Amino acid sequence: MYAFDYHKPHSLAEAAALLEAHPEARLLAGGMTLIPTLKQRLASPTDLVDLGGLADLVGIVVDAGEITIGAMTTHAAVAHSKEIKARLPALAALAEGIGDPQVRHRGTIGGSISNADPAADYPAALVGLGATVITDRREIAADDFFTGMFETALAPGEIVRQVRFPIPLAAGYAKFPNPASRYAVVGAFVARTAAGVRVAVTGAGPSVFRLPEMEAALASSFAPQAIAGIDVPEDDLNRDPHATAAYRAHLVGVMTARAVTTALES
Amino acid sequence: MVGTVSVAFSVNGRDVKAKVEPRTLLVTFLRENLGLTGTHVGCDTSQCGACCVLLDGRSVKSCTILAVQADGASVTTIEGLGTPEKLHPMQIAFNENHGLQCGFCTPGMIMSAVDFAQGNAEPTPDQVREWLEGNICRCTGYHNIVASVEAGARAMAKA
Ligand code: FES
Ligand code: FES
Repeated sequence: MYAFDYHKPHSLAEAAALLEAHPEARLLAGGMTLIPTLKQRLASPTDLVDLGGLADLVGIVVDAGEITIGAMTTHAAVAHSKEIKARLPALAALAEGIGDPQVRHRGTIGGSISNADPAADYPAALVGLGATVITDRREIAADDFFTGMFETALAPGEIVRQVRFPIPLAAGYAKFPNPASRYAVVGAFVARTAAGVRVAVTGAGPSVFRLPEMEAALASSFAPQAIAGIDVPEDDLNRDPHATAAYRAHLVGVMTARAVTTALES
Repeated sequence: MVGTVSVAFSVNGRDVKAKVEPRTLLVTFLRENLGLTGTHVGCDTSQCGACCVLLDGRSVKSCTILAVQADGASVTTIEGLGTPEKLHPMQIAFNENHGLQCGFCTPGMIMSAVDFAQGNAEPTPDQVREWLEGNICRCTGYHNIVASVEAGARAMAKA
């Protein structure tokens, strides 16, 4: 690891000022991606600004129609939240499937979405549920937040504070995990809401994406059979030693059908 | 200009104060500054769990945490669990169930298992296997580790 300076601000304003003063600084959330990246010398920030001292960024608030999760809330906290398990079990199950227990004790929702790994789980939940990302300066719809591989709509120095999820009528998440890393080879999040059905897929492409044709089919009949025969073109999908693009295209249909089944059982 | 930062935390019940370079990993600090070499480094890439310690009671991978991030926290390593005269129930369970061969993964397995057992007095083998997702053993084939964790969890609930 290259050397860096370390700062632990006690307010969001202080964190923002530190990022402003040190343009080559990086924010440190749970560190589950950033620290391995630093160890491999794939990044060389001059400074780390650790958000671990900001208690305001930790917590889960559930009210009538929505769930708001602080950016520094860990995957374990989301997975074990009684209220999330009761109101939006698909989200708790998704968090429980990230990495391993030790990673879930440290990794955070804010860190995960800001990193925007193409195979991360949370982007599917945000886009699938039509969540809103609340930063220190504005609100960003999930559909506009993930802009590409490891790319988001966040401006330099902008800090994620919370994510707000509307509670759907039913939802399910299914993923085909890489057996070693537990990242999604393909993961599909399906939500049925009063406004219609949303389907968001992670792992398959450079960034999370929706499947309008499946959404329309599921809106008229919310059952796994409704999407049988809808082919997903493999053209823009990821290919790597774990799975070809054609295999991923096939998995999109399978995982979406499984997510619908999970949603129906919830 | 990169300097050192002060950290203060408790390790196995003992207060520790030190100045460290910010890039110092918690596992490096435990092993090299404090001489607590029971915590192992297997992979150094967050996969194997040999470096598991408890941070404020929850298991974490100390190769993927900076020492400065533990500032103010309480850290427990394998050395803090029991003594050679009075082993921790989970250590006894690994001993009695032959839950190790070379022993390299064992400190991490035991720290992870202790965390797991805190909320699971009567775990099923499947629950144990699922929990041990982040702990890799290259010798045993896991069977006896799973039996050890089941027995250790029951013993901890009784202790
Ligand atoms: S050494 Fe930390 S997980 Fe392997
Ligand atoms: S006993 Fe040898 S690695 Fe587990």
